[in-house]
Amino acid sequence: MCTTCGCSGGTSDRDNHEGNGMGSHSYGNGHHHHHKHDHHHGHDHHNGDRHDHPKDHDSQEKREMKRSLIRIEEDILAKNNRLASFNRALFREKGIFTLNLVSSPGSGKTTLLERTLNDLKERFRFAVIEGDQQTDNDARRIAATGVPARQINTGAGCHLDAHMIMHGTEGFDLDNLDILMIENVGNLVCPASFDLGEDHKVALLSVTEGEDKPLKYPHMFRNSTVMILNKIDLLPHLDFDVEKCREYAERVSRGITIFELSARTGEGMEEWYQWLDSNRRAR
Amino acid sequence: MHEMALTQGIIEICEKYAEGKKVSLVEVEIGELSGVVADAVRFCFEACCLGTLLENAMLEIVETAGIGCCLDCKTETRMKTIFDPCSACGGYSISITAGEDMRVLSVEVEDED
Repeated sequence: MCTTCGCSGGTSDRDNHEGNGMGSHSYGNGHHHHHKHDHHHGHDHHNGDRHDHPKDHDSQEKREMKRSLIRIEEDILAKNNRLASFNRALFREKGIFTLNLVSSPGSGKTTLLERTLNDLKERFRFAVIEGDQQTDNDARRIAATGVPARQINTGAGCHLDAHMIMHGTEGFDLDNLDILMIENVGNLVCPASFDLGEDHKVALLSVTEGEDKPLKYPHMFRNSTVMILNKIDLLPHLDFDVEKCREYAERVSRGITIFELSARTGEGMEEWYQWLDSNRRAR
Repeated sequence: MHEMALTQGIIEICEKYAEGKKVSLVEVEIGELSGVVADAVRFCFEACCLGTLLENAMLEIVETAGIGCCLDCKTETRMKTIFDPCSACGGYSISITAGEDMRVLSVEVEDED
């Protein structure tokens, strides 16, 4: 039994958790367990606040069923948010800058990561968590850069949650880490609701997708503090309106930081690197 | 379909409070701006309840309206989506004040005497 989150899984790297088909594989170095904090899973129980109100229509032939009402008023995401807070506190304590990369499938998250890692791996100590429903293809691509990577397969699941990240980071040496990149499942809907404990949600949008994506998927862009417009090398061949896209993104997420780049050609990457650098230092 | 994960969250919360008693009714609040489709939760609920204390329980969903307050003109405005403009000045600088919550409000449990 895991004492941090109460799940039945152990802390070994290859355990499945939750019994929902989620599996994980790790690549690279370091197998340090770090869930050594005291922390309280505090939540209020309002069970005292109950009052009886029997319902006659159900009393039938058997003994009368008494029913009581229990007031709860608990946020459905409370458990995820609690675990995310734990992750966030741990990452802060270790001085790790954490990004949660979200986008639709095929926007170029993995390519952006590969290029970023290859260009910056001498400057920062990175680790990467890859989330996909199936296969460890992305983790293999990341591992080829020499950066420790771990694949989480969500099975039928459509998003990563804080619990998966809590266990997904167990294999990393958190004391020797500057930046943790989490590549979420390619999906512009579901990952929006699940805080993982990151510093920033970074939404990728490739210019082949249409400039109105921020309006079509407003929850994701609203919860993101950074938007990366990827594949700008293709702009000459498309009708994509960059200014409109920026305006839509700003409309749903005021003050959102926007980068225009091509992870394939490298154009515009320097600005992104400077942002990573200054935010990492601010940590 | 993160409604499935959320519905499992609802059931987990209910079971925690029910303390082993059979649950007959669950009341859930879903805000209009929460990004969750109430009908999808209803759809998932029956399947997710099988084999739990909530099996055969009724689900009541209270849908709360989206409301925002314009940061420029301070007008309270009704919001159907999270990027609706202010109804008074047309601006987009709006702080959402209601309609984003997703909460389990209460459960009714059966006490045998």
